[in-house]
Amino acid sequence: MSDTATPEQSAEVDDKSKRDFLFISTAAVGAVGTAFAAWPFIDQMNPAADTLALSTTEVDLKPIEEGQSITVVWRGKPVFIRHRTAKEIEDSENVKTADLIDPEADADRVQKPEWLVMVGICTHLGCIPKGNKPGEKKGDFGGWFCPCHGSHYDVSGRIRKGPAPKNLPVPSYSFLSDTNIKIG
Amino acid sequence: MDTNNMHPVMKWVEYRLPVFSFLDHSLGTQYPTPKNLNYWWNFGSLLGLVLVIMIASGISLAMHYTAHIDFAFNSVERIMRDVNYGWLIRYIHMNGGSMFFIAVYIHIFRGLYFGSYQAPREILWMIGIFILLAMMATAFMGYVLPWGQMSFWGATVITNLFSAIPVVGDSIVTLLWGGFSVDNPTLNRFFALHYLFPFVIVGLVVLHIWALHIHGSNNPTGIDVKNKEQDTVGFHPYFSVKDLFGMGVFLMFFMFFVFFAPNFFGEVDNYIPADPMVTPTHIVPEWYFLPYYAILRAFTGDFLVYQVVSLGGLLMDAKLAGVLAMFASILLLLFMPWLDGAKVRSCRFRPIMAMAFWVFFLDCLVLGYIGGKPAEGIYVTIGQFTTFYYFFHLLVLVPLISRLERPKPLPESINASVLKAAE
Repeated sequence: MSDTATPEQSAEVDDKSKRDFLFISTAAVGAVGTAFAAWPFIDQMNPAADTLALSTTEVDLKPIEEGQSITVVWRGKPVFIRHRTAKEIEDSENVKTADLIDPEADADRVQKPEWLVMVGICTHLGCIPKGNKPGEKKGDFGGWFCPCHGSHYDVSGRIRKGPAPKNLPVPSYSFLSDTNIKIG
Repeated sequence: MDTNNMHPVMKWVEYRLPVFSFLDHSLGTQYPTPKNLNYWWNFGSLLGLVLVIMIASGISLAMHYTAHIDFAFNSVERIMRDVNYGWLIRYIHMNGGSMFFIAVYIHIFRGLYFGSYQAPREILWMIGIFILLAMMATAFMGYVLPWGQMSFWGATVITNLFSAIPVVGDSIVTLLWGGFSVDNPTLNRFFALHYLFPFVIVGLVVLHIWALHIHGSNNPTGIDVKNKEQDTVGFHPYFSVKDLFGMGVFLMFFMFFVFFAPNFFGEVDNYIPADPMVTPTHIVPEWYFLPYYAILRAFTGDFLVYQVVSLGGLLMDAKLAGVLAMFASILLLLFMPWLDGAKVRSCRFRPIMAMAFWVFFLDCLVLGYIGGKPAEGIYVTIGQFTTFYYFFHLLVLVPLISRLERPKPLPESINASVLKAAE
């Protein structure tokens, strides 16, 4: 034990940078490891596989007459499908896009001009705009009107007046045949 | 604590775990309390009482509630009709939420008026603001659980607030929902978190009381204790009794609503089962969120304050500005100890600040009124003005008045002020 009592001086060896390195690298590895361990507990809150599996909906368009709208459910959200009249298509195409709150040409919002397909959720805070059923208030631009905070949409689903920042979003969809679409 | 007079069993325990002297020093004869505390100082203990009532009634409800979209609404109705005393326990829990916010708002305005946030109680105050935030999250998630129309659409509107965040907003909303809309996964996690958060609040309350006990209670004069013998009395029996009396009065007020007007604070629409395809025409949050809701809605494209803070709309859209303003309205309170630069705490000796306080109080009430009205016509204008004033008070009036006002002369001591009042 006598030789362990002497190295009091050797303890004063300048190893500060070595200790700092060890301390910082240990802490860094620990932090990264903790982040990896935390991820499963965060990601479990994201949509589960069965929720994701319900993410497409097929719709038969045949029964929808010109000038009529229907609401279908896709991913738990309402999707508005409107069979637009020739006048509505013309009106939508004639709007000057530069003047809009969220500038977007009507042609960019449809695959076939007579069929307008969009998610029926107000881009302000998520209410369902009125106007998809006959007799409901359609707002100042003849399309849809959100009663929660007063947003007016036109017949192309574009925001024209009120607090909503964006147009009603168009989901990804494809025509399986002339009268059949798959949303999602 | 004199252990010699203790019962032998107490003495045995005390030697191993000194709970009795701990209680005596924190709630007992050995906790010095300013002897001039008025009834506004009752609300701290009232809040503790409400928290206990909420946890007890909440755990009872959880034994009968089913967190599933197909069963939630009916399980609440079953609690109301079939479960023994279920109606009572649910009405206590429902109205307890409102009582909690009534008490906490009085408690906060008490702190603002008497300068309780000032040094050395800054951390005590800030923990209190975090408790308020935790209470708001808990109340919001609890309101979703009965799965009525307001539950569903309230949850939709509030979770959508996060979509205003640039770039990651939509991913955050999906993460919160666990799907693509408010649905069963959302209900399930809200139930889990609604059960968890009260215990987080308990933890924060422990910190709040710990911080309180370091420097003791502020008092209506706002001056420090100078002579412990003259200025303070033991918490027990003086304030334990006064707090118990306050609890009696408060419980009468509470139980009046439970028994005679149980749905007074609620919305009738929440007795309609949730329907994701039909939005109620007029969505309103619970009354205690109305001022924040008014601030959120005040930010429209043409609101002057929005035009200024967003540099004419360049920096952010009106929706994001509204969301940020709503959170800022609470988070700004964290900075009260530094916004207020006065050397004197209590508004009793700061007449100009006292006036500003009451105008601010009135402003908060008007904001609450506007939050419950539809966003149209004159309500929009009033909402925008009162929103402007809310921030003007905190960011301009408080810093300026507190630094420029010459306070009235302070009493020599707490004891002197009590003796003078008795004359």
